[in-house]
Amino acid sequence: MDRPSQAVGASVPRVDGVAKVTGRARYLDDLEAPGAWHGATVRSKTAHGVLEGIELDPAFDWSKVVVVTAEDIPGTNVIMLIEDDQPALVKVGARVMHHDEPVALVAAPTRALAFEAAKHVTLKISPRPPVFSVEDALAGKQLLYKTNNVFKEFLIRKGHAADGELEAAFASAAQVIEGTYYTSPQEQMYIEPQAMMAEWKGGRCHIVGSMQCPYYVHKAMKSLLGCGPDDVVITQSVTGGGFGGKEEYPSMLAAHVALLARKAGHAVKMVYDRDEDIAATTKRHPCHTKHRMAVDAAGNILAIDVDVVMDGGAYLTLSPVVLSRGVLHAAGPYKCPVTRVRGRVVATNHPPHGAFRGFGAPQTTFAYERQLEKLAIARGEDPLALRSRLALRSGDATSTGQVLTFSVGTDDVIAGIAAVAGPPPQRDGVNAAGSPVKRGRGVCFYFHGAGFTGSGEQRLAGRASVAVNRDGGFEVRASSTDIGQGAITMFAQIAATALGVQVADVHVLDPATDKVPDSGPTVASRTCMVVGGLVEHAAKAVKAKLEAWAESNTIGDRTPTALARAYAAKNAELVETVQYEPPPGIAWDDATYTGSAYPVYGWAACLVDVAVDLDTYEVAIERCVQAVDVGKAINPSIVKGQIEGGTLQALGWAVLENVVYKDGRVANANMTNCIVPTFADAPELETILVECPYPYGPSGAKGVGEIPMDGPAAAVANAVQSALGIPFDALPLSPEAVRAGVRGGHS
Amino acid sequence: MKIELEVNGTAKTVEVSPWKRLLDALREDLHLTGTKEGCGEGECGACTVILDGEAVNSCLVAVGQCHGRSITTVEGLANGDVLHAVQRALVACGGAQCGICTPGIAVCAAHVVDRGLVAGRDDQSARAQVRELLAGNICRCTGYQLIVDAIIAAAREVAR
Repeated sequence: MDRPSQAVGASVPRVDGVAKVTGRARYLDDLEAPGAWHGATVRSKTAHGVLEGIELDPAFDWSKVVVVTAEDIPGTNVIMLIEDDQPALVKVGARVMHHDEPVALVAAPTRALAFEAAKHVTLKISPRPPVFSVEDALAGKQLLYKTNNVFKEFLIRKGHAADGELEAAFASAAQVIEGTYYTSPQEQMYIEPQAMMAEWKGGRCHIVGSMQCPYYVHKAMKSLLGCGPDDVVITQSVTGGGFGGKEEYPSMLAAHVALLARKAGHAVKMVYDRDEDIAATTKRHPCHTKHRMAVDAAGNILAIDVDVVMDGGAYLTLSPVVLSRGVLHAAGPYKCPVTRVRGRVVATNHPPHGAFRGFGAPQTTFAYERQLEKLAIARGEDPLALRSRLALRSGDATSTGQVLTFSVGTDDVIAGIAAVAGPPPQRDGVNAAGSPVKRGRGVCFYFHGAGFTGSGEQRLAGRASVAVNRDGGFEVRASSTDIGQGAITMFAQIAATALGVQVADVHVLDPATDKVPDSGPTVASRTCMVVGGLVEHAAKAVKAKLEAWAESNTIGDRTPTALARAYAAKNAELVETVQYEPPPGIAWDDATYTGSAYPVYGWAACLVDVAVDLDTYEVAIERCVQAVDVGKAINPSIVKGQIEGGTLQALGWAVLENVVYKDGRVANANMTNCIVPTFADAPELETILVECPYPYGPSGAKGVGEIPMDGPAAAVANAVQSALGIPFDALPLSPEAVRAGVRGGHS
Repeated sequence: MKIELEVNGTAKTVEVSPWKRLLDALREDLHLTGTKEGCGEGECGACTVILDGEAVNSCLVAVGQCHGRSITTVEGLANGDVLHAVQRALVACGGAQCGICTPGIAVCAAHVVDRGLVAGRDDQSARAQVRELLAGNICRCTGYQLIVDAIIAAAREVAR
């Protein structure tokens, strides 16, 4: 390297930074699209019922408008993902399953006309009794899904074969800590609403838009349009945030613009208004967790029993995988010989819940870290010391029996927090009006599996390429999208380091399904660890090929950039594609839910200081420290940004964010009422990067995107309990909830 | 109707309904797509522009109100290829992630820095002041920490 400051481990400024600060970066709604029409969606205003008809107002001028219904779908009317239960549009005679479900589409030359036309479409729906609670879903009076409303169920058993043995462990316990926990639905609130555009050219459908997973959209469109893989091309435009919210839902928009463009004979663009986006798209699964823990007289955990029930909403979407991650994290990163985790995700008439950073783990982490806090209080033990005493370390086994052998950052993250903690805040204080304020400190310790669950990565078999293109430039080709997390900068840095060139010498191609291989989706904290690893190997292969070619062709200037130019002048493209290979020793049994649930885990500890104002009952977060083991920070500034962003989403979820359903409809579908933290709400965030290298990640890197979301909410609730002496076991800790807790002695 | 505006130092005329949102006039009629729409109701600040020296949400301003007035958008912050100190600092400090809120934040922060609204304060109070002044701009990616770092760095640079 000429300038080692650009190598892996350096905080290289992001390669798209200047375009973004100058406003030159083009998001979907910024793209020039002369002649493009605008689409709008006609949605159900009923949560559950049978669609009996779609009526067009005869008084409205339909001559400049195209209307699309399920009848216009050339292929299968389904948004293909895991199960084929969610239609692109409800057809007449079929059931409407949730409020704001798409039923018909309109397109017109202007957005205003499209929205006006949508108002003149009337849906005739004969209502059926809706299901809005997991209790009603499990009672099964109204069947929404198969015979029992259960989309998916998992059972983990460790250290016992039958329930009797588990109960025996509880019977022998000196102490049982028990609680019921609830975490609320959460809106991703990416600042760029969902946006997509389609155009048909010569029988080929070109779709461009804001998304995380171009190949998910590609798969869904092949089935919906009934076409071959080359007949539809998906391209990601610059994407203004995702956080999981642009994992599955973009396939719905893609379906809609593709159908409209096909019928209209024009390009059609669809950009959701904020209220539509909040009302109709996926949220974090609300979750009920019962957790009990048997402890012996010395304070060791004898047994853990967890029962997780998530509200999946109206369709299966990604719920089984979200639940899977939830149950796999539910016993926490603690030593425990006997563990049972049961998980169910059920159908309701809420809009489908889906992917959101953390993907089930934040829900169950909240429960187990509240439990650990209660154990610390019951034993009068220092909360951080208790966690350190019980935590998993190298050589210990997780709830699925996975023995950890490397990259376990337990001691470093706990020591990181302990080193900066300082004395806790004075409990009693006053606010500006002289009224009482109570302060407290909370901690938590947690882990997050990086990459796909179980054998997911093997099944995905993600691929990525590094090429010397025709102009002699280095190119990274992967379907992983940059949604703000810095994927393209990180790929450029990894490839540049492996090739021995500067970051500016590497171009990361915009993801488009006709130009890049399927690297798997941009989810699960896998982009750097898994796809970054593929890029590293592909870049090394390119370098080796170039050097071998130089040997046999007596090339003078052997600097990599000169070599690439010389190679390109005489040869076709040089492309090296690498496919994922699991690390040795990875074995997972899907039938028994035992084995290596994840190739590796990230580890984290968090400290939060709060002040609870007893006039307003607001919980102010005055300090938040996170120590996170990321394996290796490829770009420390970007990694810090990931951790801080995830942390604030978690703090927001803890105290002020919520999605309120009323009769199955999102009652706060706007940014005025569905609030997220502002500059003024956020505390100064302290971030400690810990690096316990993952031997099979690029330069030791493992996942970082999701982990910071998992723990802080529990740390906040623990801090509020230390301030008020009252347990709070449901999110959010809103002023209303805190007031009720203070007045009633419990939440 | 014909509306005359000074946009980023240049006289412009748009012929639109006076009720059109300033945001739409900028994006659709003047093709200045750097100004973003995140919510359309004045909550997120992605559409922030400077109107006669005041930071406003352009989604809440009718273009008819802007006749004869001066507007600065994100496209007007840089001097040719030389970025504004705030823009340089946002890049250097990692203050932009997905970038959709960044134009609004850059405009508002440049306004804060250029007017010296955090000058002469110690670090802690300057940071608190930045958080207060930028509270109308929502970022969902960063947790704000690196943006505050950037704005403080730019303010120090401009003050020197």
